[in-house]
Amino acid sequence: MRYSGLKVITEGLFGNKGWTPAWRDPAPKAEYDVIIIGGGGHGLSTAYYLAKNHGITNIAVLEKGYLGSGNIGRNTTIVRANYFLPGNSEFYSHSMKLWEGLESDLNYNVMHSQRGLINLFHSDGQRDAFVRRGNAMINQGDDAILLDRDGVREHLPYLDFDNTRFPIYGGLLHPRGGSARHDAVAWGYARGADQRGVDLIQNCEVNGIDIENGVVRGVQTTRGAIRAKKVGIVVAGRSSQVAAMAGMRLPIESHVLQAFVTEGLKPVINHVISFGMGHFYISQSDKGGLVFGGDLDFYASYASRGNLPMVEHVMEAGMTLMPMIGRAKVLRSWGGIMDMSPDGSPVIDKTHVDGLFIDCGWNYGGFKAVPASGWCMAHLMATGEPHEVAAKFRLDRFATGHLLDEEGTGSQHNLH
Amino acid sequence: MRLTCPLCGDRDRREFYYYGAEDYLHRPAEGAPLADLDNYLHLRDNPAGVTKDLWYHEAGCSQWLLVTRNTVTHEISGVELVAGRKA
Ligand SMILES: Cc1cc2nc3c(=O)[nH]c(=O)nc-3n(C[C@H](O)[C@H](O)[C@H](O)COP(=O)(O)OP(=O)(O)OC[C@H]3O[C@@H](n4cnc5c(N)ncnc54)[C@H](O)[C@@H]3O)c2cc1C
Ligand SMILES: [Zn+2]
Repeated sequence: MRYSGLKVITEGLFGNKGWTPAWRDPAPKAEYDVIIIGGGGHGLSTAYYLAKNHGITNIAVLEKGYLGSGNIGRNTTIVRANYFLPGNSEFYSHSMKLWEGLESDLNYNVMHSQRGLINLFHSDGQRDAFVRRGNAMINQGDDAILLDRDGVREHLPYLDFDNTRFPIYGGLLHPRGGSARHDAVAWGYARGADQRGVDLIQNCEVNGIDIENGVVRGVQTTRGAIRAKKVGIVVAGRSSQVAAMAGMRLPIESHVLQAFVTEGLKPVINHVISFGMGHFYISQSDKGGLVFGGDLDFYASYASRGNLPMVEHVMEAGMTLMPMIGRAKVLRSWGGIMDMSPDGSPVIDKTHVDGLFIDCGWNYGGFKAVPASGWCMAHLMATGEPHEVAAKFRLDRFATGHLLDEEGTGSQHNLH
Repeated sequence: MRLTCPLCGDRDRREFYYYGAEDYLHRPAEGAPLADLDNYLHLRDNPAGVTKDLWYHEAGCSQWLLVTRNTVTHEISGVELVAGRKA
């Protein structure tokens, strides 16, 4: 079924009786050409692009819970292409271009909104670093505008510009940055994959990977054994456990990141604002809730909830930056399990097992990467060769010293 | 979350700096193969369950602590001083 404005109106007139489920609920077959483990954003987009770009449709996506139950439905939805290092820069630039055509491609409203992202700076040194970053973005073909203090004031008059610790010197505006509705991204890719014949199998946890003579043969699941010629591991925070089923030890440590949303308010914050010094970022959802977050809880964790010290820190940072939000009531907070890598950059690569591939290490930036990650993982799985914009996301780069440490914080997983 | 420091007693989590897994205690000897360094710096067991990791009592006695902890429940089952530990 194609969705359209006309369809919404006619369905509304006739009691909304004509809608059909957005995807099937098939039982697993005995064998597939490709199995994708993990029905998050990256797993679903991989399946979608395998079908769309490479004509491979005999695919199952195996999800242990329900589609979108992981980080794809838990993030603060910031979409940006403001990376600096070669390797990251071209990848996120590619992702941004895919975002810009995503809704018409998927025939699905993912509420992608290029409302502009403003990264604030608070010192001369930071300003220099942002000029450099802005130039890198422009060199990559993306957009960046340096705002001075008055320039920021024009966009964000409500900030506390004269804060004693972090007075606002200016900001880097990335006009094409913004946000999207996270669940809708999962649903849109799920529907698109399903329409092309991909089986989306929920409540199906993979608990073993079958390997014979160095070649992958399939997986063991809570719904029985399923054979496959190729298998992709795309499980974000659970990467270490699933990779261990194939005897791998990954450069990943799992950490919890929290997010918060307030009651719905009238439109007040038009941009995505990032306050790096307080590690705080905020935007307003289309429903009116202020959506904001901060840093990791900092210790390795698989609990999908955080602890109070970070709650306090995030609230303090928010109040420091924009005291006006103090009256808003926080409705909900939650956590997601992040696959933190030791250089802050991801992995999209083959493994030592023939036919077994892995996509992981998204740290807390994997939402904006959903389109390009699926695109590149599909390319790798279909052709056996890395896609040119993801060629540096190698699994062996840690051993060979080719790290992509965007923030230059060194080999400590929780610092990225 | 609270940690019971062997020297300072039961203290708030905010007094501690978290470093990472126990692996950091096993620094390869000089001249060790690169694979050992990769193991030491980057690769992690990353268990969903009981783990051992390093915490620094920054706002207390300035000792490094080896903490035995459950990453799923956040339950803490042991805290020992790294200094003077029998490996
Ligand atoms: C609070 C928070 C805020 C964030 N904010 C941003 C942001 O603003 N911008 C941004 O770009 N990124 C952000 N991120 C990061 C982003 O959400 C993640 O990097 C990205 O969603 C991870 O990829 P995914 O969608 O495939 O993960 P997930 O949705 O977690 O998908 C992995 C799936 O694998 C399944 N799975 C695991 N083990 C198994 C198994 N054994 N068998 C079968 N299935 C299995 C899980 O159930 C899960 O559904 C944020 C994350 C969090 C938690
Ligand atoms: Zn102490």
